[in-house]
Amino acid sequence: MNGQPVARREHYLNVSYGVKSWLFTTDHKRIAWLYLVSVTFFFFIGGLFATLIRLELLTPQGDLVQAETYNKLFTMHGVTMIFFFLIPSIPAVLGNFLIPMMIGARDLAFPRLNLASWYIYILGGLFTLAAAAAGGVDTGWTFYTPYSSIYSNTNVALTVVGVFITGFSSILTGLNFVVTIHKMRAPGMTWFRLPLFVWSHYATSIIFILGTPVLAISLALVAVERLLNLGIFDPARGGDPLLFQHLFWFYSHPAVYIMILPGMGVISELIPCFSRKRVFGYEFVAFSSVAIAVIGFLVWGHHMFVSGQSVYAGMVFSLLSFLVAIPSAIKVFNWTATLYKGSISYDAPMLYALGFIGLFTIGGLTGLFLATLGIDIHVHDTYFVIAHFHYIMVGSAVMAYLGGIHFWWPKMTGRMYSEGWARLAALIIFIGFNLTFFPQFVLGYLGMPRRYHVYPPEFQVLNVMSSAGASILAVGYVLPLVYMIWSLRYGAVAGKNPWRATGLEWETPSPPPTDNFEVTPLVTEEAYAYDAIEPEAAYAGRPAHV
Amino acid sequence: MSKAEAVRAHQFDDSGQQHEASWIGMWVFLATEIMFFGGMFMGYILYRSLYPAAFANASNHLDVWLGGINTAVLICSSFTMASAVHSAAAGKRRTLVSCLLLTMALGLVFLGIKFSEYYVKFVEHLVPGISFVYEQRFAGPAEIFFSFYFAMTGMHALHMIIGIGLLTYLVVNSLRGRFSPSYHTPVEMIGLYWHFVDIVWIFLFPLLYLVGRHL
Amino acid sequence: MILGFPLFPEQASTMAGRVDALFYFLLGVAAFFASLIFFLVVFFAVKYRRRSEDERPKPITGHLGLEVFWTAVPLGLTLVMFVWGALLFFDTYNPPLNAVEINVVAKQWMWKVQHPEGQREINELHVPVGRPVKLMMTSEDVIHDFFVPAFRVKKDVLPERYSTLWFEATKPGEYHLFCSQYCGTQHSGMVGRIVVMEPAEYVRWLGGGATEVSMTEAGEKLFQRLGCSTCHRPDGTGQGPSLVGLFGKPVQLAGGKSVTADEDYIRESIVDPRAKITAGYRPVMPIFKGLISEDGILQIMAYIKSLKREERTQAPK
Repeated sequence: MNGQPVARREHYLNVSYGVKSWLFTTDHKRIAWLYLVSVTFFFFIGGLFATLIRLELLTPQGDLVQAETYNKLFTMHGVTMIFFFLIPSIPAVLGNFLIPMMIGARDLAFPRLNLASWYIYILGGLFTLAAAAAGGVDTGWTFYTPYSSIYSNTNVALTVVGVFITGFSSILTGLNFVVTIHKMRAPGMTWFRLPLFVWSHYATSIIFILGTPVLAISLALVAVERLLNLGIFDPARGGDPLLFQHLFWFYSHPAVYIMILPGMGVISELIPCFSRKRVFGYEFVAFSSVAIAVIGFLVWGHHMFVSGQSVYAGMVFSLLSFLVAIPSAIKVFNWTATLYKGSISYDAPMLYALGFIGLFTIGGLTGLFLATLGIDIHVHDTYFVIAHFHYIMVGSAVMAYLGGIHFWWPKMTGRMYSEGWARLAALIIFIGFNLTFFPQFVLGYLGMPRRYHVYPPEFQVLNVMSSAGASILAVGYVLPLVYMIWSLRYGAVAGKNPWRATGLEWETPSPPPTDNFEVTPLVTEEAYAYDAIEPEAAYAGRPAHV
Repeated sequence: MSKAEAVRAHQFDDSGQQHEASWIGMWVFLATEIMFFGGMFMGYILYRSLYPAAFANASNHLDVWLGGINTAVLICSSFTMASAVHSAAAGKRRTLVSCLLLTMALGLVFLGIKFSEYYVKFVEHLVPGISFVYEQRFAGPAEIFFSFYFAMTGMHALHMIIGIGLLTYLVVNSLRGRFSPSYHTPVEMIGLYWHFVDIVWIFLFPLLYLVGRHL
Repeated sequence: MILGFPLFPEQASTMAGRVDALFYFLLGVAAFFASLIFFLVVFFAVKYRRRSEDERPKPITGHLGLEVFWTAVPLGLTLVMFVWGALLFFDTYNPPLNAVEINVVAKQWMWKVQHPEGQREINELHVPVGRPVKLMMTSEDVIHDFFVPAFRVKKDVLPERYSTLWFEATKPGEYHLFCSQYCGTQHSGMVGRIVVMEPAEYVRWLGGGATEVSMTEAGEKLFQRLGCSTCHRPDGTGQGPSLVGLFGKPVQLAGGKSVTADEDYIRESIVDPRAKITAGYRPVMPIFKGLISEDGILQIMAYIKSLKREERTQAPK
């Protein structure tokens, strides 16, 4: 709430009060907050599971939890983090809040559908929480058959129904974004004047739309097989367990691009703002997003090199997997080149962005090891894979999410967070993250398989390092929760553009009015026109501490 | 105030933009439906190529006449749906309502035939998971065939039921005078949906009913 | 090793060195690019740090030549990685013809091994150094994965079909065997050891213990006990086709198609004989599903394969 002794300006937060005004809102900005609270909740649930996993792995023996419990912990950690945190996080929170504003629109194309998406997400989440409460599920988030369809005696059907339902939340969000970006751009906002955040969400939405339905049907078949004792994936009755793997990975590989493309979009906003320069190679970055989305649909078999898939299929998937890495490399080079001869400040969002570039580089490069057939045979299903994807999903995607939340926090709340604490938290997260996951590359090459509850004693030192890092990382994640909430009441009041950033969202008051713009903007400038900003005029309203 | 302006949602600048947005939105939704059914089609195609003899044998248990009648029924219903859209565009409310009701009736005929087929399958012990008996030679793959049969036609039937619900909504709103030549977007969009559901059946029918049959 | 701390598993197979070499190459490329990016980011962030709020950096928007350069170089490097990796992959999954075949049956949560000479093991595999070994693997339940880090080799083990992997051990010793496809509660307990022995020692080990019947002999006994020999006579006069010389050859099926009589075909013919009928024969073979264990099937397989060899030794020189 705005405790300032000035005339109260009406904005989207104070235009109405009460639970109903939030639960029945169609304002994209309020819906973004609904998602923010929900994904944060699921993040900490998933984090709780991770904490228990890392505690157990401090010792080679299984002394904290039983094997069955451990299997449920890593399964629930994966399901919660992927489907209920990572996939919605940036699109449903920042995308929802910002896309209409960035293109000069009053709202998304289908505001009621947007609210429905949140309710669907919550419904799916309830099913999954119910599965956890009923004893959990132990198939791994990948639900491979025939273990998941026949052998597991845990709550598989309940969990996959939860994920199935939540998938529709993604599909409808993607649909909303695509229509909005096509049809609701303000006059003068051509495709190549769009912020790269919008481009990356457009690419992500393509994946939402085309990939998620295939996951839905894969999981539906598993659920039906379990409930009705069918034999679709039962090899003893003519079924093919590899069919499940193909159907599952057809979605779940593009899903990882759902999890990183929005983060890349955030970085494409932070780097130019805190270097005060246009993004180097704007068109290349924009097209790279689309290229990643498209090629990303063609590489799913790289999860199945050792599965019994044909050698020739393996070669095709390997080649395509190398190709999909190229646009990501192009983006990294372009972001780095943006820094050249810039004017760089070290605000917390920029620290997250710079950290992202480094960690995403490592994560992406280690992906090449996995795409390389001869090496993947050795490191597949080991901690090498775990390290790789956590570098992308935690070291990159979560850092981008936090960077974005910090950057747009003044716009969303009208308050500044504490910059000192934020920089400290960013540093703690960076250090904790690397200490947690770098040792896992070594563990993986040494041969420690993933999903192992107990392990040979020679792997203990690296596991202890990893768990120590995780404890530091946990501190880093709790800090923002504390100081962000604190800032809602006690943070410095923010003006409309505390970062002197370009972009239509910064031309509205902080927090914005419900309809975003008093008058529909007319766009005449290219994106990131930092060289065109007059320093004097833009200086006003900048918080004293930066 | 024209009816068109009255129904423009606040986020749109003009009714043209609203109409185009709805149009793109429905096509994108249909793309997701293609992927959804596509997953099942892929699974079906794999198993059919693995077990051609078993699938032909199982397919012959389906009543090709009922399936054929259903195909004709759906094609007719697409015609009545298209007529409904045409009537809405021409402002002919009574014709619009009649066409919608006819479409619904045909849809219900389809569902009636479909569920009678399901009942017959139940009596013949060809429902996997509930009651399934088949000659040993083809038992496993035949059960897979029928699993896909029920999953795909069942999912299709579910879409039909939803479609009939949507048509009910259209009938109610037509009677209330909500549609006009300048605003009948819901009729068009639901028409698109109905045509899509029809097309899915056009693919399902030969794939499921006509395996290994000769004239 | 760094400071006495292992970073790599032992190299104990002919492929291990090759995999590590490719790994070093990727490591070098990755280290180079990671260092380059880290260095540039830090260097730029420091050198171009903001000194005044009024700074207006040069509007550099792009450089086509640079874009082409940093697209082409990674593309070239990744193609090298692809080709090298694909060649290695091909060799890793293509066993030499003279490999000795050992059978592995995986089940929740143990590895059952049977040597052709009849020796059985649980969660252990003894092999001689310097000889290529091919594993013929199947699962009795869910998907497992046979992983030996020291050999740099792994393969998923599936139910109702066979998968193979091969290796040639180069160093005597004991090495970890892990199941590396999550398979249920005791997945992390489904471990064992590979014991690589000097050839003479291996022969001694094979001969030690109770006298084992070789797989081929055990298979022949099963073949007769289950009545297979009644219909599958060597001269082809029975109700079923002769199996002599069958293995590895194409089989003409009723309906015109032709398949190769590989391990999967023979296994299917035992558990589900109606699936593929040989042209000219009636579908009267009983279904043996549930009547023979996976081990038994492998033994019969070994016997049928030996019929091929018998034919060769009988052929006049």
